[in-house]
Amino acid sequence: MVPLSWYLLLSSVLFTIGATGVIIKRNTITIFICIELMLNAVNLTLVAFSGFFGDVGGQLFVFIVMTVAAAEAAVGLAIIISIFRTRNSLNVDDAYGLGDRD
Amino acid sequence: MEKALFIILAVAAVAAALNILVQRNPLYSAVSLIGTLAAVSALYIMLRAQFIAAMQIIVYAGAIMVLFVFVIMLLNAPGQQHAVDKHQWLRYLAAPFAAAMLGEALYIFKSVPAIQMPASPAAAAIGSTESIGVSLFTTYLLPFEVTSVLILMAVVGAIVLARREGD
Amino acid sequence: MTDLFLGWIIKIVVIFGILMTAVAYLSYMERKVMGWIQLRVGPNRVGPRGLLQPLADGLKFIFKEDVIPRDANRLLFAVAPALFLVPALMTFIVIPYGSQVTVFGRTINLEVTRLDVGLLYLLALGSLSVYGIVLAGWSSNNKYSLIGSLRSSAQMISYELALGLSIVGVLIQSGSLDLVRIVQAQGGWHGLKWNVFAFQELGFVIFYIAALAETNRVPFDLPEAEGELVAGYHTEYSSMKMAMFLMAEEANVITSSSVAVTLFFGGWMGPGVGRYPWLSLFYFLGKVFVIVFLFLWIRFTLPRFRYDQLMDFGWKILLPAAIINVVITATIAMFFPGFFGS
Repeated sequence: MVPLSWYLLLSSVLFTIGATGVIIKRNTITIFICIELMLNAVNLTLVAFSGFFGDVGGQLFVFIVMTVAAAEAAVGLAIIISIFRTRNSLNVDDAYGLGDRD
Repeated sequence: MEKALFIILAVAAVAAALNILVQRNPLYSAVSLIGTLAAVSALYIMLRAQFIAAMQIIVYAGAIMVLFVFVIMLLNAPGQQHAVDKHQWLRYLAAPFAAAMLGEALYIFKSVPAIQMPASPAAAAIGSTESIGVSLFTTYLLPFEVTSVLILMAVVGAIVLARREGD
Repeated sequence: MTDLFLGWIIKIVVIFGILMTAVAYLSYMERKVMGWIQLRVGPNRVGPRGLLQPLADGLKFIFKEDVIPRDANRLLFAVAPALFLVPALMTFIVIPYGSQVTVFGRTINLEVTRLDVGLLYLLALGSLSVYGIVLAGWSSNNKYSLIGSLRSSAQMISYELALGLSIVGVLIQSGSLDLVRIVQAQGGWHGLKWNVFAFQELGFVIFYIAALAETNRVPFDLPEAEGELVAGYHTEYSSMKMAMFLMAEEANVITSSSVAVTLFFGGWMGPGVGRYPWLSLFYFLGKVFVIVFLFLWIRFTLPRFRYDQLMDFGWKILLPAAIINVVITATIAMFFPGFFGS
């Protein structure tokens, strides 16, 4: 039988990979993909706890998280499309309107 | 036997996730994410969450990732562009950062008690569609309704944001 | 344990063999039916009555040159046909082909496996087959392919909604997502309890139209019609990869028909199944044959939709109809508990 800590460890590895991706990648869409990976890692933790403790609330939380991830992906990609139209680049460094120019 | 299956799926998930980082072309990253989602879905089935596993494929791998692939194709996103890296130092930060996060996780999870999955059939049935449906419409009705409003907002927002000027 | 694996493997090998032959001979059936509907004889030169035609076609495909466009994305170009074919084949794992039979003293169930969430598994595979088309069009590096694949995948994901909702009516009536239980709930009353007669007429019509759109068949085949977009997403394909696309399309037809028979036409149910379990297999195959013939009949009778008409139809007519079907079925289930006998 697989103990709980294995699932939690796998989930933290996936989360770490996602977080590292957000930091080192420069393409906006790839950063978005890494964010979705982090959300998946969290979902795995929730489902693992739900399975090991027999509580359905964890799975319902995952249901809601998936829905929110879908909504966020739709709106985020729409924003990326709008930004692409003006700057013609998918590099995050080129979207510096809100900050100081380095 | 279950441990062997878990290890295979875990290795597949981690390998696909690492491939997301390694690839320069965002389309390959998206396809790798689909692979990760499939592996995680199989893990959900091992955790007796059949409905969530099916939902993961239908919603995440079948709809959200299709949206990603469409946008990548629409923008004709080229591979990662070389030179402009103003923040090169971030790459050198990535490895210690990842090591720190993993170290923390290992430290915490060492002290998680080694419990096993409950074997009673009642506990095994919580992942069934019936149980999720019942809880969704009784105990968790408010989050469900709020989520539907959220999706409506997202649809309206996405249409407004992605529209060209003068439409 | 090994018993279980052995059972799976034998069933999978048998089903795969039968399926691949069926896919090849479906192309023969299509051309013959096309011929008869158009008042001519179909292929009849190769072998007796043209029965070896699929073999000749297969050989032709093998001997053709495999052309890959110069700037195409080679990995995705090669993988896309497989991505389209595999989900279509994977649906046959959960479909029940017959009731329990006894072979050499062992009782075997005539389905490969029995999933608790069989219906959701079918929907999941339908969602996954979009990737084959999307990646095929993009990796061909050809604007006709790209437009064809974008149109085709937009059509597929639009009609997936109506497909899923039409299945919900069946789910409410049968009370289970398990395909075996859905088939068993349609037994009795000399066939009048089949879901297509027992109040899911609208559900069946919606399911069938959505399945026509999902499999890119006429009248919804604009994305791959010659003369419109050269050949849509499979313009640049040749030889075995093209053969795989064509096989995948035929496999999709058989898949949709099998699912329609399981959900709406009582699966393997028929007279005398209780006493002679092997009859159930023949009933199932006969019903699938009839529904496949319906696919072909529609193909050679109706003209095709224009793309915007197609999308209008999917979102503005079919989806509300599916929702109305669900509402009516759910209302009946709520106010007359036990009406559906589950």
